[in-house]
Amino acid sequence: MPCPPVSSHPRWLRLTHWLNALAVLVMVTSGWRIYNASPLYDFSFPKGITLGGWLGGALQWHFAAMWFLAVNGLVYLACNLFSGRLKRRFFPVSPKGVLHDFWAALRGKLGHADLNHYNQVQRLAYLFVMVDITLLVLSGLVLWKSVQFPLLRELLWGYEGARHVHFIAMALLVAFVAVHLVMVALVPKTLLAMIVGRKEPI
Amino acid sequence: MKKPIQDAGLDESSILTDARKILAPQIEDRSRRSFLLRGLTLGGVAMLSGCNLTDNDSVETALSAMSRFNDRVQGWLFNPNAMAPTYPASMITRPFPFNAFYGIDEAPTVEEESYRLEVTGLVTDKRTWRLEELRAMAQTEQITRHICVEGWSAIGRWGGVRFSDFLKRVGADTDAKYVGFKCADDYYTSIDMATALHAQTLLTLTYDGAVLPREYGFPMKLRMPTKLGYKNPKHIQAIFVSNTYSGGYWEDQGYNWFGGS
Ligand code: HEM
Repeated sequence: MPCPPVSSHPRWLRLTHWLNALAVLVMVTSGWRIYNASPLYDFSFPKGITLGGWLGGALQWHFAAMWFLAVNGLVYLACNLFSGRLKRRFFPVSPKGVLHDFWAALRGKLGHADLNHYNQVQRLAYLFVMVDITLLVLSGLVLWKSVQFPLLRELLWGYEGARHVHFIAMALLVAFVAVHLVMVALVPKTLLAMIVGRKEPI
Repeated sequence: MKKPIQDAGLDESSILTDARKILAPQIEDRSRRSFLLRGLTLGGVAMLSGCNLTDNDSVETALSAMSRFNDRVQGWLFNPNAMAPTYPASMITRPFPFNAFYGIDEAPTVEEESYRLEVTGLVTDKRTWRLEELRAMAQTEQITRHICVEGWSAIGRWGGVRFSDFLKRVGADTDAKYVGFKCADDYYTSIDMATALHAQTLLTLTYDGAVLPREYGFPMKLRMPTKLGYKNPKHIQAIFVSNTYSGGYWEDQGYNWFGGS
């Protein structure tokens, strides 16, 4: 079936992607400052890479940016789901396929000619980060309003459990971003596509 | 079944270290009044090519507008029938951490004999109360989790008068928007009426079965398990019912006013 001549990165995707990147940056850096007020583990984040200046400032950034993260994320998921793009671009994905593509990538045998096609490692990574951000938002809801969301609170091991979930989900998100940035640096034409949405051929 | 117990384990190991670490940043934070004007460091991001967020009034305005929006959302989310979880006595955090905007030695000493609680504003019975009168009212007790804005939490046992009983007794206008508090340590805060009337909101006179000690707020502390720690005033001297917003010690510096959980 011939593909309709649409951009591989439609405008709503590029918009929500960059808004998300900004929201994540603010959420993560202000979150680090909030963490520092009462570190859950045996370390603190260097003050210089945190946002907000003091706890109250960081909380204001965090509780403002959370709306942008959540609303923007919902718009992204809804567009992705209802346009059929989610199914088209991220499925199928299977353990075997992921291993196969991962192995191919290591040997430099994975093509990036067609930006319309995500390989299975990409699919898994992107699906993972969608779930991870969802988990961040849900555990954040428990930390913010633990009395008002009893079911969610119990599912996430109570208030103290949700602190750990929230932190671990943040760490995984940061790990995703690190790998993501390396990948973009390795295949810079994807960045162009994500900015201007131009289609093939390069 | 085992979950709460695990929880307690986490608490106990972390609370003590946390509580110690907390005091230092607290004191550091205390002097930061116009925090946004001063403190916005988006460190690594090289201050967006010279545009210093620190001097940016519009950032501050936008962030406080969002904070007021969050007050409204929380007021709307607040379910008067949703109860904060309660715990068995075995899960009480010992020792329960001291926390205030000053060190433990500076906690105010209030004399019981001369103490009078002042009640003013939109109430029919404007008068002062002695502690015995409050002790003579129906008492109730609860073991709940105190959650600090800094992230740590601790379980404690408080007893006293249900605040809604007290408000009824003084003939408070429960359609009013706010209840405000002034304290012996110069702390002040205000809360929404819905939370004031919540069944778990207690005007506490005891801690763990004994008279509320000085470090936990003698002679009385308003304990709300549906709000963060800084919303729970200690050493209360005056209570007023009002329709005028009066903020609070931390709230005026940028903490969210509703501060609910
Ligand atoms: C900060 C958090 C970020 C998250 C959570 C994130 C997440 C994602 C996701 C889920 C996709 C797939 C979108 C889709 O096709 O539906 C994607 C694609 C992409 N992102 Fe990000 N991203 C982030 C930051 C960034 C940054 C900072 C850059 C660039 C410097 C970037 C560059 C790209 C590019 C170029 C693509 C398209 C890659 C491709 O064609 O495979 N992202 N990102």
